[in-house]
Amino acid sequence: MSAAASASPTPTSQNPPDLPHEAPGTSGRKKASGTKGTPGRKGRKPADRRSLRERLRQDRTLLLLCVPGILYFAVFFYLPLAGNSIAFQDYQPYLGFKGSPLVGWDNFKALLEQPEFWTAVWNTLKISAVQLILYFPAPIALALFLNSLISNKTRRLMQTVVYLPHFLSWVVVVGMFQQVFGGAGTVTSYLNDHGVHVGNIMNNPDTFIYLITSQSVWKDAGWGAIIFLAAMASIDTSLYESAAMDGAGWLRRMWHITLPGIRPVMIMLLILRLGDILSVGFEQILLQRDNVGRDASEVLDTYVYFHGVVDGDWGMSTAAGLMKGVIGFVMIVLANKFAHRLGEQGVYQ
Amino acid sequence: MEQPNPAAQTLKFIVIVAMIVAVGYPFLLAIGTSLSSKAELAANGGYVLFPTHPTLEAYRVVLSGGVITRAAIVSVGVTVIGTALSLLCTIALAYGLSRPRTFAGKPLLLIVVGTFLFTPGIIPNYLVVQELGLLDTYGAMIAPILLNAFNIIVVRAFFQGIPDELHEAARLDGAGELTILCRIVLPLSKAVIAVVGMFYAVTYWNSFFNAMLYINDPDKLPLQVVLRSYVLQGDTFNAKALGVSVLPASTALSMAVLILAVLPIIAVYPFLQKYFVKGVLTGAIKA
Repeated sequence: MSAAASASPTPTSQNPPDLPHEAPGTSGRKKASGTKGTPGRKGRKPADRRSLRERLRQDRTLLLLCVPGILYFAVFFYLPLAGNSIAFQDYQPYLGFKGSPLVGWDNFKALLEQPEFWTAVWNTLKISAVQLILYFPAPIALALFLNSLISNKTRRLMQTVVYLPHFLSWVVVVGMFQQVFGGAGTVTSYLNDHGVHVGNIMNNPDTFIYLITSQSVWKDAGWGAIIFLAAMASIDTSLYESAAMDGAGWLRRMWHITLPGIRPVMIMLLILRLGDILSVGFEQILLQRDNVGRDASEVLDTYVYFHGVVDGDWGMSTAAGLMKGVIGFVMIVLANKFAHRLGEQGVYQ
Repeated sequence: MEQPNPAAQTLKFIVIVAMIVAVGYPFLLAIGTSLSSKAELAANGGYVLFPTHPTLEAYRVVLSGGVITRAAIVSVGVTVIGTALSLLCTIALAYGLSRPRTFAGKPLLLIVVGTFLFTPGIIPNYLVVQELGLLDTYGAMIAPILLNAFNIIVVRAFFQGIPDELHEAARLDGAGELTILCRIVLPLSKAVIAVVGMFYAVTYWNSFFNAMLYINDPDKLPLQVVLRSYVLQGDTFNAKALGVSVLPASTALSMAVLILAVLPIIAVYPFLQKYFVKGVLTGAIKA
């Protein structure tokens, strides 16, 4: 609401001079949309016969509205993207981007010889694999469960409950796990007092991977279920009715109707997940890295952060970050190709 | 539908209770502990679910004007200003991209959608923030996360769903694009604006890494960073920094900070909860 009020003051100054110009253009635009039919459709458009200057002038307000946003993406997205070229430089902060010498692939070569880099790669892949097996099905299972609740009231209550943790920060989530599973935590103390020695679950490098996976499930499985619930809601109910008439129990209906119905969404999310195979919960891991030590918790993102920002090895850690980005991009493209091969829609056409 | 099976009903009931406990227990534990006295915490090994003599001592100390109060004020300021700026830019860009046949609309949309494919990386981002002179300023906590392509797509999809006839009618009455946006489109889009606003607000409120990366001045640190040092890194509370003379138990203080960091979210969540599923899905399906 406050935005609606504050949206007007800044650009309104553009408004008055705009009105007279807008008037003649309006009729032309109206005619064009009249031939087009449905306004929202992005099909073939009739050729715009207005001249370039005329179009620029007519759309001036709209273009001006786009300026701040596009500028943001240019500065905070595309500029850093180009800034990745310091991966090929021996970057020195005092020489800057222009002054630092080019070194070709040296950073990449040095990186591949670093054992810590390979530890980070290995940990990243391990965590990704565990999350793919243990985390990925969790939202689907949760959505199936929520979908099976017949009472609308119960379902809405449960949705409210399971979505909530998504809105907490990682600091809070880790803090909450700490009070339950930490050394002095309630569950840990209870188990230790009753003869089950578990020690400090939060500090155990051997089970770290399962700890962070369960944190991810706690925080985001509910939220992740939304999209599956939507997909389930769009399944034709007559399919269920006729299956029930033919004597299919709930299990068969789930297997033959619900799961195939949400398959496109599952595949889409799986592809996106594959694109993120090299990024695993950066903040979450950073927060707990001190507890379990580097050997268990250093992943590519934390490697880049500690070697670049903390230790000042700019070129090499940018190289690591760039490699990560390129591999993720290639993974998405490959997975999407593969999905098309299987006759699925994938993420994009 | 056949008759519900009693075994399945019981199983469902157990799962429901388990989920409520899994989400609710940590909250109750944090609240109970933050309200406990030193003696009760010592007798119970550090955490208390239901304090026998609840006391607001920990909250009084946390809000007494020391480091934690200041961090909370920084967080509130960054969240309020950031959310307002984010919404302003998001609405403007989404509206600019939502009208059919805008000049260069397609390429501009591609610029936004293109950000989904690739992440620029920590180091180049850091260097951009440094070059802009934003290090150690509040701007560093806002500018790098000002816009989110997904939110823009959600708002744009919603704007596109508004019937074109309304635009035409307004235009015949002599309204320009801005008048249409403020008088017609925005009042119809309250739900989606509320949802996207909440997403932005939550992002700013929860933002921890940007502050850790770009802010050195302890006076400018937001609540999440302070929470981290006291709750996760086990920094000891300092009576002088907190602005008091006698300290309550440190777990009670930690939990009071934790609750402080969760409170705004819990406070707005019920009001927006009914909108956000619809808001998210409009975007997810149309995008």
